[in-house]
Amino acid sequence: MTGKPEPVQVIKHRRDAALRALVSGVPYIGFLGIQFDRRGDEITATLPYDDKLVGNPMLPALHGGATAAFLEVTAIVELSFSMLWEDVEAGRIDLSDPAALPRLPKTIDFTVDYLRSGLPRDSYARARVNRSGRRYASVHVEGWQDNRTRPFIQATGHFLMPEL
Amino acid sequence: MPQPSDISGVQDLSPEDLLHTARAFIAAIPHARALNMRLDAIGGGKATLSMPWDERLVGDPRTGVIHGGAISALMDTCSGAAVLSHPEAGTVTATLDLRIDYMRSATPGQRIAARAEVYHLTRTIAFLRVVATDEEAGGVPVATATGAFTVERRSPDSTGGRA
Repeated sequence: MTGKPEPVQVIKHRRDAALRALVSGVPYIGFLGIQFDRRGDEITATLPYDDKLVGNPMLPALHGGATAAFLEVTAIVELSFSMLWEDVEAGRIDLSDPAALPRLPKTIDFTVDYLRSGLPRDSYARARVNRSGRRYASVHVEGWQDNRTRPFIQATGHFLMPEL
Repeated sequence: MPQPSDISGVQDLSPEDLLHTARAFIAAIPHARALNMRLDAIGGGKATLSMPWDERLVGDPRTGVIHGGAISALMDTCSGAAVLSHPEAGTVTATLDLRIDYMRSATPGQRIAARAEVYHLTRTIAFLRVVATDEEAGGVPVATATGAFTVERRSPDSTGGRA
């Protein structure tokens, strides 16, 4: 061990700043209204209910395209955050400079499995990076509403990693 | 995408009336309205739906390229419309699965159009292919997709599909 551990606030601030830097510049994330919660390296995304997300006004139900987009955003943010994690922990990235952040991974393909219709309420999602290599990554993501054990949508995507 | 069930009998309309009715149907979907989707053609299990480039939908602020999620919303909606326009399909459909391949970035500023086609219909399932293009002449598609959608046949006993 070398020296004292950093104060917890310093670490939290750095991690939150990294997450914010990833997310805040993307207009589409703001358009859908997606928010992110972080506990350590675990990220939970929230899609708060909004009328403009509705795909079936009769039921009503959320639009499958909107919930698929929510999962794709969650997968990309999870993958990017896990990619940055070590540099953030070591303080090697200057988060005040958006140009210092690496580019976002690009989606190669995304397969969405609609398990139930999305109810007109908030949705949550968490992604798991199953494989992350130098060039390609495979990410699984699950979305749920009231019950964590009853997902209403899940997806798997392949992503092209940005060149560092 | 589950669909409203107020589109009954559209298969019996003239092409113009069908387009008119289907446009009203798309306009009644809040998320389709939020993305400014426009129905360009529909009938016989095929549909073309397009949307303009929009700053709010940008996924990569450094390039201005639209987020893949917005394109998947367009392709999903287009698929649902194609299913409902099939002469043997009923009035309700929902997406079971949709796999999207992103071939290249959509060119910023250009309109994106999705063309969906039901290539096989069973008693319970519609299988679809979808192609999304921007305005690049003769270019590679922006994305392609295949999907499986639920259907209720108009007259369940008339055809012997299986799924």
